[in-house]
Amino acid sequence: MTLRTDGPRDEFSGRFPSPTPRPEGEEETLRRVWRLPPGIAQLTAVNNSRVGVWYIATALLFFLIAGVLALVMRLQLAVPDNDLLDHNTYNQFFTVHGTGMMFLFAVPIVEAIGVYLLPSFLAARDLPFPRLSAFAFWAYFFGGIAFFCSLIFGAAPDGGWFMYPPLTSYEHSPGINADFWLLGIGFIEISAIAGAIEIVVGILRTRPPGMTLDKLPIYAWSMLVMAGMIIFAFPAVIVATALLEIERAFHWPFFIAEKGGDPLLWQHLFWFFGHPEVYIIFLPAAGLVSMMVPTLARRPLIGHDFVVLALVGTGFFSFGLWVHHMFATGIPSLSLSFFSAASMAVAVPSGIQVFAWIATLGAGRVQWTVATRFLFGFLFIFVLGGLTGVMVAVVPFDWQAHDSYFIVAHLHYVLIGGMVFPVFAGLYHWWPTLNGRMLSERLGNWAFWLMFIGFNTAFFPMHISGLLGMPRRVYTYPGDLGWNLLNMVSTVGAFVLALGVLLVLVDMARSALGGGEKSPDNPWNAGTLEWLPNELYAVRSIPHVTGLYPLWDNPDLPREVREGAHFLPGAPTARRETIVTSPIEAKPQYLMPLPGPHWAPFLAGLFTATHFISLTLKLYYFSLVPAVLAIGLVIWWLWGLDKGADHPPQDVGGGWRVPVYVQGPKNHSWWGTVVLLLVDGTAFACLIFTYLFLWTVSPDVWPTDGDGLPGLSWLAGGLALWALAALAIGWARSAVDRNRHGRVRLALILAWAAMVGGILLDATAQMQTGLVGAASAYGAIAYMLVAWQGFHVAVMTLMLGYTLARSAAGLLHSERRVTFDNTMLMGWYSAAQGGTALLLLHLFPRLAI
Amino acid sequence: MTWASRRPARLSLRRGLSIAPLAIAGFSLAGCEGRQSALDAAGVSAQEILVTSWILFIGAAVIFLVVMGLALYAALVRPERFPGRRAWVIGGGILFPLVTLTALQLHEFALARRLATLTPNPELVVEVTGYMWWWDVRYQVEGQEPLRGANELVLPAGRQVELRVASADVIHSFWAPSLAGKIDMIPGHVNRLPIVAQRPGLYRGQCAEYCGAQHALMAFDIRVLPADEFDAWMAAQRRPPPEPATPQLSRGRDAFFSFGCQSCHAVRGTEAEGLVGPDLSRVGARPSLAAGTLPTRVETIAAWIQGAQHIKPENRMPSFDVMDGETLDAMAAWLESLK
Repeated sequence: MTLRTDGPRDEFSGRFPSPTPRPEGEEETLRRVWRLPPGIAQLTAVNNSRVGVWYIATALLFFLIAGVLALVMRLQLAVPDNDLLDHNTYNQFFTVHGTGMMFLFAVPIVEAIGVYLLPSFLAARDLPFPRLSAFAFWAYFFGGIAFFCSLIFGAAPDGGWFMYPPLTSYEHSPGINADFWLLGIGFIEISAIAGAIEIVVGILRTRPPGMTLDKLPIYAWSMLVMAGMIIFAFPAVIVATALLEIERAFHWPFFIAEKGGDPLLWQHLFWFFGHPEVYIIFLPAAGLVSMMVPTLARRPLIGHDFVVLALVGTGFFSFGLWVHHMFATGIPSLSLSFFSAASMAVAVPSGIQVFAWIATLGAGRVQWTVATRFLFGFLFIFVLGGLTGVMVAVVPFDWQAHDSYFIVAHLHYVLIGGMVFPVFAGLYHWWPTLNGRMLSERLGNWAFWLMFIGFNTAFFPMHISGLLGMPRRVYTYPGDLGWNLLNMVSTVGAFVLALGVLLVLVDMARSALGGGEKSPDNPWNAGTLEWLPNELYAVRSIPHVTGLYPLWDNPDLPREVREGAHFLPGAPTARRETIVTSPIEAKPQYLMPLPGPHWAPFLAGLFTATHFISLTLKLYYFSLVPAVLAIGLVIWWLWGLDKGADHPPQDVGGGWRVPVYVQGPKNHSWWGTVVLLLVDGTAFACLIFTYLFLWTVSPDVWPTDGDGLPGLSWLAGGLALWALAALAIGWARSAVDRNRHGRVRLALILAWAAMVGGILLDATAQMQTGLVGAASAYGAIAYMLVAWQGFHVAVMTLMLGYTLARSAAGLLHSERRVTFDNTMLMGWYSAAQGGTALLLLHLFPRLAI
Repeated sequence: MTWASRRPARLSLRRGLSIAPLAIAGFSLAGCEGRQSALDAAGVSAQEILVTSWILFIGAAVIFLVVMGLALYAALVRPERFPGRRAWVIGGGILFPLVTLTALQLHEFALARRLATLTPNPELVVEVTGYMWWWDVRYQVEGQEPLRGANELVLPAGRQVELRVASADVIHSFWAPSLAGKIDMIPGHVNRLPIVAQRPGLYRGQCAEYCGAQHALMAFDIRVLPADEFDAWMAAQRRPPPEPATPQLSRGRDAFFSFGCQSCHAVRGTEAEGLVGPDLSRVGARPSLAAGTLPTRVETIAAWIQGAQHIKPENRMPSFDVMDGETLDAMAAWLESLK
């Protein structure tokens, strides 16, 4: 091949392929440790190849349910003044359709594809936290099912997927419908965050040796950026849902104008999440496209570095766009101009990618597969959606288009065009990695044309009905406004689109039942690692990677890998394990043992969902039962981990020896905790934003010095206790280093006591002034900051208690301290957060007035 | 819903012209009913936005066709004959959008500024307040009590008008596409929408922000009158309503009060001064009833009184299905006579 993409030699060059054949029995051990549990115990499986498939299948199931709702809505709108659905049913349908598509299909499926495909792209044996993936999946599975079931009882949310208060607050939505949204979606977001942590650590730490960041496949880049965006975007919506749920439950007026709140606060928080959300959905799909295009054009992607910059740039810009959902809210025009410019700027990275794909297609010889057709369909639809996106970034145009059917058209062009078509292309492209069979070319082509024509027939006319004045979210419309024909056409198109989707399902079912022709190992002659021969244990050996398209650089690589001639050809410690590499250079650092099958992720997912459903149904006391069970199960699953250096350093191939345990900042678990703290810190920043925003709206409900503010001695006392907590944790740390176990335990208990004392003092300080949470927006946010800290003290109680138990059981010492390090990071963060919140609460009102 | 018989559309040459390009695009619009259409501008803002819209549509169409043509060419042509490599990424992906988007941005800044300052010295200020699911309208008149109306906006052509919009409950959005873009009505906020209507006629607007059960049935009418007619209309509004001319109308008026309608509704010049529901002072002169839900006729008024909860479930007007048919007809006739 003349397409070599490999870079300069490194210290591994020349060591591989190592001599074969490998010793007898090595592959059998590998197979044995990675095998799936039999029968019903399959529910305990944590292998990414299994959980990923369940995850994708569940997301597709939810796509179908939400899609059927759309079809019924299209029937209702086919003719004017229709009465197929009454207003309540329609309003529940469009809310559940939007919510389901965004939260239960779009984000989950891109994460699910990541869980399934990423380890293959990285030739890793699994993701770094397999049980966390399984738990996130099961929580999503049960939570999603319960969410859709609310429709059956007519209790589904009906406030729109954007849930704007005051419509969704206690006065105008007294039923439990809104709670289904707030609690149901709130905790599914937590599962999305778990997935993001997994993906970040997986991409940065489990790459094959030699895959330096500049050799990272575009898909992995897109997932890295996407996971980073989840980390900074999702906390905003979690905080928003928490505030609204608390307003509904306790009448703390965050969004109630008469009491100093502001409905716009919700919109800022929601869209600070909601706009990045669109790119969270699109970027992974664009990443898939950037993998398929070079394969189908049979040559490397042109402008690889530009595309990486475009992905990072999109991630960055997407946080500066949220106000473009609020152009009609009366925000001053200067800030509108800023957000308008940012909204247009984000067109540049998309343009870079589109032209990189076109140039690659032009420079190569295109193979016409089903995926190729879906990719052209994607290009057609997405470019149109991008152009209408530029239109709605023009503020005056948006004053007309906003909340009209023009937006319905635009958003479906970008989301279906930008995500569903690439995902379906990917389905046809990567299906052979699932069961070694090809999907049908013929059915696939039919499906593509039905979906493509159906889609455009359904959604193009909506641009026009919107401009003709048809608003969104109407369950009926009068027949004399010129919208009738357009709506009828849209309805017909929607059913044609649905027929296309149905054909894909038929095709998948046929293949799953053993139909269809067998696929060669690398049917499209791709250059990337996911086409290496693999089994449940993933690849036999983890290749030494030297370029962007290792299979093109070295056509012999699949054979070498299969014969075990690269890294980690077996299971040296006779358990599941994968190589952890350094984040930038991808040098092997240690051999990470991976946890195997366990009942806890499944049961903890089930009980977590049960807990939140109980809260929704206002069964507050009962909800404690599943909560305790879920926490107990998580402790059960964790207890057997953090094994310490229970084996000597192992040879991972080519004579390269690495330890089986490292601690401190090199450990993958440390990375996971740091990422979690970024999420946590972002949520706290959102609360600080809430405090400052509400102050700018209603400074008159803020207390002044000597009038409603606790005295400064409360501040001093609180700061002292949080500082004491931090110092105690530091003391525990040095005691762990010296293996002074008694002192470790004493210090941990002291840290806990200081935290409990700190939170009691903070709460008392506010209460003794007579401040009432329900009285004003100030009371609401002041107590919210205290409650947030209280939540952290509760978490720390569990973590400190668990660490104490590990210490008491003799599982914690200077060479086995990963558990302690995680508790330490969380503890220091919590103490710092407590101090910051106190300073804000006590000093801001004194300084600002 | 069986209330399909709504007002027939007015036709105009101008409307035909302004949607002609759409027809060229291959979409024939059944009927061309453009009372609520952004493509059929009758106000300065809507007209300026429409011109920019056409720039956007045509520009987008050209870019779309070029990109699609290029993609198809790239797929079909032999690699040696496809010119350029990274040049496409830099030229098409970076330089072209930067230049066009910068130009567009400059145009947009100027336009947005012009539209925001369209009425520096408004000759008429109207406060519009959104309720679930109707519109309260108050014309500010210097030195007098504001003049109250509902679900209909009467505006003078050619004069600077400022709408001050607010909400009494949840978020609504005021949208009259023929005249201007939309502006949200948010509790705790008063937003301004400058309007200069150009062409007298009857237009329709609708709530654009989802506001609960009957968001779909929250519309309003706009009557744009020539300026002198508007002044006459304004003057006429203060006069007390005509005395009932027939015994039936008298009976209707008495029924209105005996059923307690005045506790929610106001009729200027009578003792009905309720503020909870829409003002009914000139309800017979309004094109539609119940926020654009029904055309105004005696029968529809009667149907509404009797079955408000059936026609528009969950709205705050109870169904008065307890009165006999004659009383109902009389009350409807009296209300219809308020013009």
